[in-house]
Amino acid sequence: MLNKLSIKIIMIFLLLGIDNSSQSASEKIELIEQNWPFNGVFGRFDKSSLQRGYLVYKEVCASCHGLKHVSYRDLTGIGLTKDEIKSIAGEYIVMDGPNDEGEMFEREAKPSDKFVNPYENDNQARLANNGAYPPDLSLMVKARAGGADYLFSLLNGYKDFPEGFEASDGMYYNEYYPGKQIAMPSPIMDDIVEYNDGTDATHVQIARDVTSFLAWTAEPELEERKSLGVKTIFFLILLTIMLLGVQRKVWKDVN
Amino acid sequence: MDKIDSKDKKIESSVDEDKRDFLFVTTAGLAIAGGGVTLWSLIDTMNPSKDVLALASTEVDLSPIEEGQSLTVMWRGKPIFIRHRTKEEIDDASDTDITNLIHKATDESRVKNPKWLVVVGVCTHLGCVPLGQKIGDSKGDFNGWFCPCHGSHYDTSGRIRKGPAPLNLEVPPYEFVSDDIIRIG
Amino acid sequence: MKKNNENQEQKGVTGWIDTRLPIFTFMNHNLRDYPTPKNLNYFWNFGSLAGITLVIMIVTGILLAMQYTANTDLAFESVERIMRDVNNGWLLRYIHMNGASMFFIIVFIHIFRGLYYGSYKYPREILWMLGVVILLLMMATAFMGYVLPWGQMSFWGATVITNLFSAFPIVGDYIVTFLWGGFSVDNPTLSRFFVLHYLLPFAIVGVVALHLVALQQFGSNNPTGVDVKSENDTIPFHPYYTVKDYFGLGVFLIVFAGLVFFAPNFLGHPDNYIPANPLQTPAHIVPEWYFLPFYAILRAVPDKLMGVLLMFAAVLVLFFLPWLDRHKVRSANFRPFYKQFFWLFAIDCIILGWVGAMPAEGIYVLIARIATAYYFSFFLIIMPLLSKFEKVSDHLPSSISSAVLSKKFDNNTTESYVK
Repeated sequence: MLNKLSIKIIMIFLLLGIDNSSQSASEKIELIEQNWPFNGVFGRFDKSSLQRGYLVYKEVCASCHGLKHVSYRDLTGIGLTKDEIKSIAGEYIVMDGPNDEGEMFEREAKPSDKFVNPYENDNQARLANNGAYPPDLSLMVKARAGGADYLFSLLNGYKDFPEGFEASDGMYYNEYYPGKQIAMPSPIMDDIVEYNDGTDATHVQIARDVTSFLAWTAEPELEERKSLGVKTIFFLILLTIMLLGVQRKVWKDVN
Repeated sequence: MDKIDSKDKKIESSVDEDKRDFLFVTTAGLAIAGGGVTLWSLIDTMNPSKDVLALASTEVDLSPIEEGQSLTVMWRGKPIFIRHRTKEEIDDASDTDITNLIHKATDESRVKNPKWLVVVGVCTHLGCVPLGQKIGDSKGDFNGWFCPCHGSHYDTSGRIRKGPAPLNLEVPPYEFVSDDIIRIG
Repeated sequence: MKKNNENQEQKGVTGWIDTRLPIFTFMNHNLRDYPTPKNLNYFWNFGSLAGITLVIMIVTGILLAMQYTANTDLAFESVERIMRDVNNGWLLRYIHMNGASMFFIIVFIHIFRGLYYGSYKYPREILWMLGVVILLLMMATAFMGYVLPWGQMSFWGATVITNLFSAFPIVGDYIVTFLWGGFSVDNPTLSRFFVLHYLLPFAIVGVVALHLVALQQFGSNNPTGVDVKSENDTIPFHPYYTVKDYFGLGVFLIVFAGLVFFAPNFLGHPDNYIPANPLQTPAHIVPEWYFLPFYAILRAVPDKLMGVLLMFAAVLVLFFLPWLDRHKVRSANFRPFYKQFFWLFAIDCIILGWVGAMPAEGIYVLIARIATAYYFSFFLIIMPLLSKFEKVSDHLPSSISSAVLSKKFDNNTTESYVK
């Protein structure tokens, strides 16, 4: 009755049924957009999308959201040149010091500096945003179940409050946000930025580009990781096959 | 079955052995190569990281430094002395007879633009930071720098003139990226 | 000098060293000539795999510790620095992170092998108990290690689990304050967890050494559970099992690499990429997957103290296995009743793991309780009963070599077996 095969089948079904997501059953909603260019074993970033996404971050998101784990020099990863990066960094001011007079002073940011935060500290951030803290975006794609799909869905998920929904003050309705109410109003709309590569800046395009950019900030090592992974596993498969050959040869004459 | 030609069996087994050895050797070789690459990747994590390398170069704007003034900047964890030399200081440095120097070097060989002296501010004796950068500091008998730890005297070219230090103050790699700005390292 | 020549069997440098410190004789005895049953299956690969994984964890751990800062203000950032700025830092971190999961998968399979084939029975009781000690040390190490990145799950997992000790009457609160070094999980806690996390793996190495000494006393068990009776039953460890272990290692590395390079965060929780916030509790606090069955047992009991005791009991009961199961036959291959209960137990463990990840409400509570009840019944009721009442099988082979031979020629007949 409980033979080996049926047991293994039961166990596989049990293991498959394990669901890592943190959504409770009643709120389950399908996320949109699953074929990102960086998905899959051979995934790579689309650098032009990353650059457009960076522009969106800079002009729309950076007023409230920090990117503190990224350094300006890291932007070579999205295809910018050292000179471009130097001038980008120079647009921002950082506090340094103390100098010889014992005072803190301001200076232009250098490529070696981390992205400057829009607020000096978390409390100031809350004050400026009705008590809601705009989270740092460096790791957002890894910090949410659903990753890039979740972020993209969220950016496209703003709707009017449905009939009978108890809306709290200062909140906005979003289908994908846990609890359906989010403190951030819809941050993007058609043509809120102008792309300098001529791409049409529709709401969906902007969402796609900024999500790609944030996928990069969360995992800048992605391309190297996947390409090294392919080589490593290919090598290991080859080696393991050879090891099997050796094992068979050695064991051939036992019994 | 017992009547297999023993000679054939011997040849057969030696051919088999060769094939077997080839497989063993190739497999072992691949495994060791793979292991070596992996080990190197792990050891490489101890090499200077990207954030450390990013600070390996420092750019310094020389324009605020007036003639006769000195500036100290940090580079790779060490102080760098930058002195905007006066004509007197430059002449003193270039007129010195190098044959009697403890560590022979011409002033020319130690500067790119004689107006600017850039040296690592670490005494070549045992590593203290010599005095002479700030107003009021003793500059030693040769008007350069004086190390208070064991009494080494450096001249206006940063060369050791008196005292236990064996070498002149080190000149770091640097270049002028413009008339007013140098990049060290 | 005359003395040397008398004792020397080997020549040269190795002989000189070996006479004074017999490491080469020791290695030969344990890894080369060591007579090993010739019928071991792939479930016997997991011991060496566990040893290799331990080495991988220590090497990557030491390299990580060179770059990590154990201070609540800096820990999270230091890990991000490793991921982004340290050469191959992401690789180092992901290997260590997923290596922990691999270590537990391997050790769980290794333990289940022991349960199925009766490896805990006479004369290997101490070998088994040392193994349970290793498991406990691993669990402590992993728990503390997960706190170090100082993410939301790090902090809240540490808070929940350390708070459990307050369940002990009278001394509970003092224990918790002592563990924390303060009035909540904070810097003193993080500091000491870092030190202990670095220390414990070396204790594990020591216990593993004892585990191996205990092993070589009577040699390995085998799938028939029948003792080695003659030289015909065994083959030297080298080259047969060294080569088989290498192959097993290859397969293991492929799975490991698949995880590290293509799904490095699959077994983790996204909330741990959010810096720890003592003012905000995550919606669902979940431990790492390898603790889920124990977490389920903890929550299954309505009383706090009983839950804690039962959770510890779930591991500690393993110590008593050699006395709970005294059936003469070792291997479940020849114990049809035990075998059924064993597989039920395996499924039960998976169910416990699954329910440990669910919120502690509704039907999940009932399932957790039933699964917990079976878990303990298996050890405390079923095993002793079976020891007494399960009939010894007719099919038990007389020796390993006869089992191997008969398997070769005929899979069905049992005529070659002698009772």
